[in-house]
Amino acid sequence: MSGGSYYVPATSKWPILGSLAMGVMMVGGGTWLVHGAVGSPLMLAGLVGILAVMVLWFRDVIRESMAGLYDAQMDRSFRWGMGWFIFSEVMFFAAFFGALFYVRTLALPWLDGEGAKGVTALLWPDFSASWPLLDPPDSRISGPAETLSPWQLPLVNTLLLVSSSITLTVAHEALKMGERQATHNWLFGTVLLGTCFIIIQGVEYYEAYHHLGLTLEAGIYGSTFFMLTGFHGLHVIIGTIILASILLRIRKGHFSGANHFGFEAAAWYWHFVDVVWLGLFIFVYVF
Amino acid sequence: MASLPPKHRLQSSAADSAATGQHEHHRPRGLMRWVLTTNHKEIGTLYLIFSLTMFLIGGVFALVVRAELFQPGLQLVQPEFFNQMTTMHGLIMVFGAVMPAFVGLANWMVPLQIGAPDMALPRLNNFSFWLLPIAFTLMLSTLFMPGGAPNFGWTFYAPLSTTYAPPSTTFFILSLHIAGISSILGAINIIATILNLRAPGMRMMDMTLFVWTWLITAFLLIAVMPVLAGVVTMMLMDINFGTSFFNAGGGGDPVLFQHLFWFFGHPEVYIMILPAFGIVSVIIPTFARKRLFGYASMVYATASIAILSFLVWAHHMFVVGLPLVAELFFMYSTMLIAVPTGVKVFNWITTLFRGSISFEPAMLFAIAFVVLFTIGGFSGLMLAISPADFQYHDTYFVVAHFHYVLVPGAVFSIMAAVYYWLPKWTGHYPHLRLSQWHFWLSVIGVNLTFFPMHFSGLAGMPRRIPDYSLQFADFNMVSSIGAFMFGLSQLLFVVIVIMCVRGGKTAPAKAWDGAEDLEWTVPSPAPLHTFEHPPQYRPVEH
Ligand code: HEM
Ligand SMILES: [Cu+2]
Repeated sequence: MSGGSYYVPATSKWPILGSLAMGVMMVGGGTWLVHGAVGSPLMLAGLVGILAVMVLWFRDVIRESMAGLYDAQMDRSFRWGMGWFIFSEVMFFAAFFGALFYVRTLALPWLDGEGAKGVTALLWPDFSASWPLLDPPDSRISGPAETLSPWQLPLVNTLLLVSSSITLTVAHEALKMGERQATHNWLFGTVLLGTCFIIIQGVEYYEAYHHLGLTLEAGIYGSTFFMLTGFHGLHVIIGTIILASILLRIRKGHFSGANHFGFEAAAWYWHFVDVVWLGLFIFVYVF
Repeated sequence: MASLPPKHRLQSSAADSAATGQHEHHRPRGLMRWVLTTNHKEIGTLYLIFSLTMFLIGGVFALVVRAELFQPGLQLVQPEFFNQMTTMHGLIMVFGAVMPAFVGLANWMVPLQIGAPDMALPRLNNFSFWLLPIAFTLMLSTLFMPGGAPNFGWTFYAPLSTTYAPPSTTFFILSLHIAGISSILGAINIIATILNLRAPGMRMMDMTLFVWTWLITAFLLIAVMPVLAGVVTMMLMDINFGTSFFNAGGGGDPVLFQHLFWFFGHPEVYIMILPAFGIVSVIIPTFARKRLFGYASMVYATASIAILSFLVWAHHMFVVGLPLVAELFFMYSTMLIAVPTGVKVFNWITTLFRGSISFEPAMLFAIAFVVLFTIGGFSGLMLAISPADFQYHDTYFVVAHFHYVLVPGAVFSIMAAVYYWLPKWTGHYPHLRLSQWHFWLSVIGVNLTFFPMHFSGLAGMPRRIPDYSLQFADFNMVSSIGAFMFGLSQLLFVVIVIMCVRGGKTAPAKAWDGAEDLEWTVPSPAPLHTFEHPPQYRPVEH
């Protein structure tokens, strides 16, 4: 509930430019997918536009915040906003996890004739269900030759991400106590860990595509594997960029021990990405 | 950032008006005023105009469908185009007309009803709105693409929408992504506003039901729009990148599509009806001149409907071959929703009981809502009986059901809201006689259109087919006549709104004598900036 005054921000041209850039990107992307390469410059232009708008929009917000224009109420609005945004991301991943569970526990056994719905087994009588699914029902779709062992690179990645959450928390504690150098160093370490994660994930994808025959086209295993790890990887990339910009802001002397919602929002996001990874590690790699 | 107002300008009233004057001075004019605006009232107006435009476009598509169905046989359009029309009609009405209308009403009225100066995140608000015209321009442009627009129904079931889809489907998916982002950001804004910007002294249980229902709707939106984004992304990948999510040959499952879609889709239908419940719960007490009966039970009923709505999705899939336990579970859970819905209807009627009722246009629409929505609720109960649904599914009976809940339900509530709040928005009352004409033409048109569909559906007429066998001819002819009657009378609505903006009997701040909520304490028309000082809220006992 409110204190005494309200802050109502001035008009801004970033939202409309952002919407237009989004439109350009989608039209370009669609054209690229449907009609081929002619669309890609448009798509890239849109993407660059969106990134530029984000930078400029956040720059305005940071300036206003630094100028002391925001009060405690505005701060709470940002917190609610970020919290609910992360919840929406959780639900986005939930859709893909749901697809994974449904396929593994229901769809594939049914195709194999289990349960009351034996008729589905008539579609491909030779099919036998297994997970990872190496032999999809339709022989025109070739499954992966092999899948990735969880106990090699994925385990390393798990350790990297979990420790990055720890280093980030240490950085946060340091910031609260006003130890800026320590904050900087621990945050730097976090960014580094995130970057290593992305590189390792890249190596893993290379392996999958070039040595294991594990591709997007390799039946449902490849579909769920790449969509889950891919969207997660995208979030790690975004998270790393966010943390890197927070690092720059720390260097510039932004944030105080009591007032650093930008930092906290980035940390929330990062922990969320970390938790999603734990889900992935367990349900995509281990089991 | 020199042009920013100083932080504490709102604390003293002299400084206040001076600063506001200066603020006005810097405001962009003409078109740019609307393009750049961060004002909740202007953005609300934009949403409402957008929604009305989409309502008319989607309405024209519906009339193409009804014109073709006027008689058996193929007369006017090719079957392919017929399919595009049914699909685009559904998509435009759901995502372009009904949802944005409620968001527009929320933009206008939530801050006014909770005593807030604006939405919590005004720039995000502008972004949410301007994504919509872009999304729907893209969606409508698929009509002109090679192979035509999406033709697989508004539920876009795979593999019709993947393996067998026209190339424009990719653009359709991307446009839904944009609309989805808009909805999610809009919902985040509304939630943050309600949780954070209430006037000092206003507890949650002091909020109007419109605010309550929107709070819960916003939660639903944030929970399920991402699932829609996920499922259309899977489609995009299946179409363009060779994944197998909905392809059984690769180990996926087309039924998976239906599960994901309806996990979004069923809460989505409540997204389109909960704010309607809120509107009706605000209007009926005003014109019955009584306090809403059972305020707290209304809040709890809304919350339980929202929670249950996550547990009933497969009632749309009774015939796809679910295991028996699933048939039973989803049948009973669906019937359970009728309980809180019944609580609501009971409370509205009890509010009317012994009220001193007057029948202003807003009230006419609200009462029609209660009666006709309930018919839709009952047909829903019939559909919820899984063994019976084996007969009803994919017939016109389903079409009758959801149009009863959506047209005299959601759409009537929007019209009720417009008639109720137009005096606050424009400072004028809408023309009484014309409004009454609009109401009666609409009620008669709606029932002529959709009531016969119950019968043609029970007799077995399948939905989404451009031709039908002769025994359905009479019912269809009546439906088509009703549809044109309803459609044309909406032009009257447009006229009434335009007239009301331009002039009419002036309305005082408190435009309806029985209206008690906070919005009636600010002048009519509401000035651009309201509640710049948080009003002190005095709780009322409910
Ligand atoms: C008492 C409450 C309700 C019950 C028990 C109920 C039940 C059902 C059932 C079982 C179906 C599936 C019929 C079939 O496809 O065979 C259905 C369809 C539908 N319902 Fe309801 N419903 C209720 C309220 C609502 C409300 C409030 C709305 C929207 C405002 C709504 C919108 C729809 C729509 C759009 C469809 C059709 C979707 C499609 O296949 O295109 N329903 N309803
Ligand atoms: Cu439903």
